[in-house]
Amino acid sequence: MSQIVPLFKREFLGYFRSPVAYVFLSIFLIASVGLAFFIGGFFKTNVASLSSFFNLHPWLFLFLIPAAGMRLWSEEKRTGTIELLFTLPVTTFEAVLAKFLAAWTFLAVAILLSFPMIITVAYLGDPDWGIIVTSYFGSILMAGAYLGVCAVTSAMTKNQVISFVISVVVCLIILLLGFSVFNETLTSVLPIWVTDLIANFSFSTHFEPFTKGIIDPKDLVYFLSLIGFSLFVNVLVLER
Amino acid sequence: MIEVKGLVKTYGPKRAVDGVTFTVKRGEILGFLGPNGAGKSTTMKMITGYLRPTAGTAIVDGHDVAIDPVAVKRKVGYLPESAPAYGEMTVQEFLGFIAEIRGFRSSQSRDAQIERAVRLTHLDPVRHQSIETLSKGFKQRVGFAQALLHDPPVLILDEPTDGLDPNQKNEVRSLIKSMATEKAVVLSTHILEEVEAICTRVIIISQGKVVVDETPAQFQARQPGARLDAIFRSLTQSDT
Repeated sequence: MSQIVPLFKREFLGYFRSPVAYVFLSIFLIASVGLAFFIGGFFKTNVASLSSFFNLHPWLFLFLIPAAGMRLWSEEKRTGTIELLFTLPVTTFEAVLAKFLAAWTFLAVAILLSFPMIITVAYLGDPDWGIIVTSYFGSILMAGAYLGVCAVTSAMTKNQVISFVISVVVCLIILLLGFSVFNETLTSVLPIWVTDLIANFSFSTHFEPFTKGIIDPKDLVYFLSLIGFSLFVNVLVLER
Repeated sequence: MIEVKGLVKTYGPKRAVDGVTFTVKRGEILGFLGPNGAGKSTTMKMITGYLRPTAGTAIVDGHDVAIDPVAVKRKVGYLPESAPAYGEMTVQEFLGFIAEIRGFRSSQSRDAQIERAVRLTHLDPVRHQSIETLSKGFKQRVGFAQALLHDPPVLILDEPTDGLDPNQKNEVRSLIKSMATEKAVVLSTHILEEVEAICTRVIIISQGKVVVDETPAQFQARQPGARLDAIFRSLTQSDT
């Protein structure tokens, strides 16, 4: 397991050795904050809260996390460095975990860099700090689940465009499962308990409680098991 | 040192490698010859533990690659074909990463290994240049430096002189020769003179099978006075 440290370092610093990190971080911040102001109605709500910022995260992540995750494995496959990586003394699991953690940390940095939003609401009013903490926590956790899906699709192809498109589609399906429009269509054909079950697999269903200040163990279990499962599939795909 | 026993690799109906068996002892330099697509690279990838054999196995310094691939990877220095490397890293950073993952965790031991590898492969002038900006010859040498960084008992080199100019070729050959006394070396090549110049044994592989396994002198004696490539052609003609 000690092999994770050098792999993590290389991957994480790798973002900053190329323009990827700077472009991604800028776009992420402009998009997340911009959406909160122009679509979320940050000022219109007239409340010192970040809910207009966090409520849009499931949609924002839909495009931005595949953009960050598409290169994870497909880049290694395209340039042939995967052959180098897997002739170094590391197991597939160590490599999968290290790369995932590095990308997740990078995304966490991106999310946490929105801290001027916190300063803004603190200046404008008296926000509920508990909700802000749980929202950030939930958002980072959800980013991990999106990333898990993207890492798997990235391991399946050496083409980053294919990886991106498939990631977006898979994440969109998982996201839509929780929305009523989608669910109502399903209830017309499926029994209600089945639709409820399906709705339970949505990112948004499990993210919402965090934005209300609730950390429910079942939401934690959902995100962590989704991450665990995707890492497992990732290893299988690579060892195939 | 290296014991290859009945290696088989099939891709669908095609048998890329079909029961390859040979041994390499310490101090030997084995030249691996064969037309393109004969199974040279695939065999090498299986010995290094990168590809899983369909059948058969390889034992490297007492470790079975099918049972404990990570132990084998520790013992092997491998130069993949066309020397892939993380292009955004500088030579120094890249070798630092390899050293760290090869178990040289203190900065002193790491620097000592990097210093040695840089000296042997004459990389000093480009140390702080990012790898993607290097010429092909330098890139090849970075791959070479990476393979011998941990002073492995076994070196597996897939076309080590490919893309080098005649002077660099000569230099790499004498480097391999000087190191070979205490190592087992397997190198693949298209250049028959190379076999004559440095190899102590030659294996020719054609359509996944070993067709020749002898010393260069014996190989030459097959048709006294003939050019090596004429002998090669008569042995592998069925491939083309």
